[in-house]
Amino acid sequence: MAEARIQRSLVARVLGAVLLILLLGGLLVTVSTWWNGRQAARQSYDRILLGAASDIAESIRIQSGAPFVDLPVSAFELLAQAPEDRIYYAVRGPDGTFITGLDETSAIAAPDRTGIAPGYFDAPLQGEPARFVQVTRRFAEREYSGSVEVIVGQTLRARQDMTARLVRDALWPMGVAGVVLLVMSWFVIRSALRPLEAISADLALRDPNDLTPIPVDRLPRELQVMLGAMNRFMGRLDRQVDAMRNLISDTAHQLRTPVAAIRVQAEAAQAETGNEGADRALGRLLARSRSLSKLLDQLLSRAMVIHRTDSAPRRPVDLREIALEIIERDEHQALAPGAEVRLDISNAPVMVLADAFSLGEAAKNLLANALRHGKAPVTIGADQSGKSAAIWVRDSGPGPGPEIAQRLGDRFNRDRASGEASTGLGLSIVTSVAAAFGGSVEMGRDDKGFRAALVLPAAPGEAEE
Amino acid sequence: MIVLRTLLPWLMALAFLVTGAAAQEMEDRAEFGSGETRLLLRSTTDIAILRPVIRLFADQNPDLTIVYEQWGSNDLFALSRAGCREESEPADAVFSSAVQHMVWLVNAACARQVQSPLASALPPARRWRNELWGITTEPAVIVYNKAAISGAEVPRTRFALLDAMRTRPEFFRGRIATYDIGASGLGFLFAYADSLEATSFGSLLEGFARIEAVATCCSAEIIRGVAEGRYLMAYNVLGSYVLGDQSAEIGFILPEDYTLLLSRAYMIPRQARQPEAAERLLDFLLSTPVQAQLADAGLVSPIDDAENGLPPSARRFIPLSPALLVAMDRNRRAALFAIWDDAFRRATGP
Repeated sequence: MAEARIQRSLVARVLGAVLLILLLGGLLVTVSTWWNGRQAARQSYDRILLGAASDIAESIRIQSGAPFVDLPVSAFELLAQAPEDRIYYAVRGPDGTFITGLDETSAIAAPDRTGIAPGYFDAPLQGEPARFVQVTRRFAEREYSGSVEVIVGQTLRARQDMTARLVRDALWPMGVAGVVLLVMSWFVIRSALRPLEAISADLALRDPNDLTPIPVDRLPRELQVMLGAMNRFMGRLDRQVDAMRNLISDTAHQLRTPVAAIRVQAEAAQAETGNEGADRALGRLLARSRSLSKLLDQLLSRAMVIHRTDSAPRRPVDLREIALEIIERDEHQALAPGAEVRLDISNAPVMVLADAFSLGEAAKNLLANALRHGKAPVTIGADQSGKSAAIWVRDSGPGPGPEIAQRLGDRFNRDRASGEASTGLGLSIVTSVAAAFGGSVEMGRDDKGFRAALVLPAAPGEAEE
Repeated sequence: MIVLRTLLPWLMALAFLVTGAAAQEMEDRAEFGSGETRLLLRSTTDIAILRPVIRLFADQNPDLTIVYEQWGSNDLFALSRAGCREESEPADAVFSSAVQHMVWLVNAACARQVQSPLASALPPARRWRNELWGITTEPAVIVYNKAAISGAEVPRTRFALLDAMRTRPEFFRGRIATYDIGASGLGFLFAYADSLEATSFGSLLEGFARIEAVATCCSAEIIRGVAEGRYLMAYNVLGSYVLGDQSAEIGFILPEDYTLLLSRAYMIPRQARQPEAAERLLDFLLSTPVQAQLADAGLVSPIDDAENGLPPSARRFIPLSPALLVAMDRNRRAALFAIWDDAFRRATGP
């Protein structure tokens, strides 16, 4: 059952809801129409009843000291407007003395009332529900004085017929309108869902490798939201697939040379018989292995950064903490033993929305570049100016030449000067991180030396910690 | 024969309405068929007139024994009221010409509702609440003795009758008859309808008073009197009895100023023991062949015939409607009795 519920189409759902609304509305209108119809029937037949009773009351005259009713036929013809209804009438003098009426033996007791205004009441008439009116006529004659009560009643058949007729007359156009509405809503729903069907068809026909965005123009806004999310998802997927592809090709490309070199060194070591030659060959082998391991580290780090920038949630990060952590980890001692690294941070937090790990990797690479290519002392710091926050590294050297600066940030941009220890991946990681978090890499000379900075938009508001 | 009420009309009217237990006397009784189920039909119609129809019904329904009781209309009413209160044995069907009684009984919830296609097809004036149905169509006519009155002397309208009484009072003295409205429910109904219909009713009563007309009981007796020459003319006699008695001596006219038309009413009491059989009888009476047979018996008058030549404007149908309850009102009855008794007491008084 549950499965069937899930598989119910949108059309069926909406139509079901429309049907439910129509049914509920119909029920409501039926009840109110019935109520109104009943009121209308009651009012009109009450008037007839009152007319007949007044006719009868009018026909009472005092004849030799006693009230005498010259019962008017017109009153009964009025009552015969409800042709199928039974009639009751009784005329009673003061103290309830019977003057005339249908049947002295069956008296209908009228409820107490004040004044002489006509009073209506309901009571059963020989087992059938009926409506009565009581009219009083007062006499102040020489030979007779007192009030005479006229009670006229009628069963409810004509009222019920009228109510039913009114309800029927009101309801059948509504029923027709309901059916028309239902048909119309079917068409409307179908036309509203047509773009969705088109998208489904488009997706079904799509090549599995095609991750290009689905065009969203000329689509309803609601669908644009959904498709936008889907397109973003596909874009992320596309970038990850790209990154993966790059990683694989980079890795293959990068590993070929060092592995070939290691093989050559190993062969040389095997061929060398002398101790001195073997030592030299082993030393080279060691250096090559180190460089290979570093390369693998960086490849991994870059892949990680690219993966994380797409998938890791953005969190408020204090750039000062990133800088501090790098100093504390002291990894640069392995890279440049003895080099002096300073920290330059202020008291105010420098907040950005980003991924801490990626920022750490980027900063580490900036520092490594400075230590490798620049001159000591090297300073690492974080600051904020206006709406942009930056984590930066400054060395005391003049910085790279213009043609090198031009190619900075490209992958595997290595030249002779970079040396064996460089992988050429460092700045590319930094630019990737900058791009992922909406920032940029800025490099420039100032009076203190060469400064390379990762500039990111500052997070609005204060740090939450 | 001449019923003279010396009682006060008020008391008399009261007696009609209240005393259901007054002495009642069955006029006639007959049984048809020999089936196991006993269908009790109480009627005001002379057995002689309905005999062929009821016999046919008994032949078609061998499971029934139809007990036909003939009553005077006032007695039948009293009996039916008592039956409604379960004070006496209820009939299975009541068939009466005093339709105001029947309307009163239906209004008092003494009748059973029946859904029958044939009955529902009747015109509205001939049915009420699916509880009361007009089976016949019979005019109230003026009957005359052909030997005594002929040609231009025959009064075609009430005014002609008035003129005749005025111009030849000695000729008509004591020899015009009409129903005694005290004894006959049908007579009362006709008198009531006349009193509603035209002011000529008052002059007519005055005329009757002047020539000392006779108020008596029972259609058959009146017609026999006319045929025998005891009466020259009878006013407001149910036409069916005339048509049923096709003696050569009597002629009849449908008054051209207006003719009252009555439909004998059929009702199944709520307490009926054989309602199903009574429904069968209703459908039987309304079926086309039986209506034709009733027409032959004079109970369904061919008023549309060119021969009778009664213009539609002169037809006054007494509809089965609650308006007939007025005819049962005791003040109203008392008033009518007062006028009537005044006229006829004067007519026959000392």
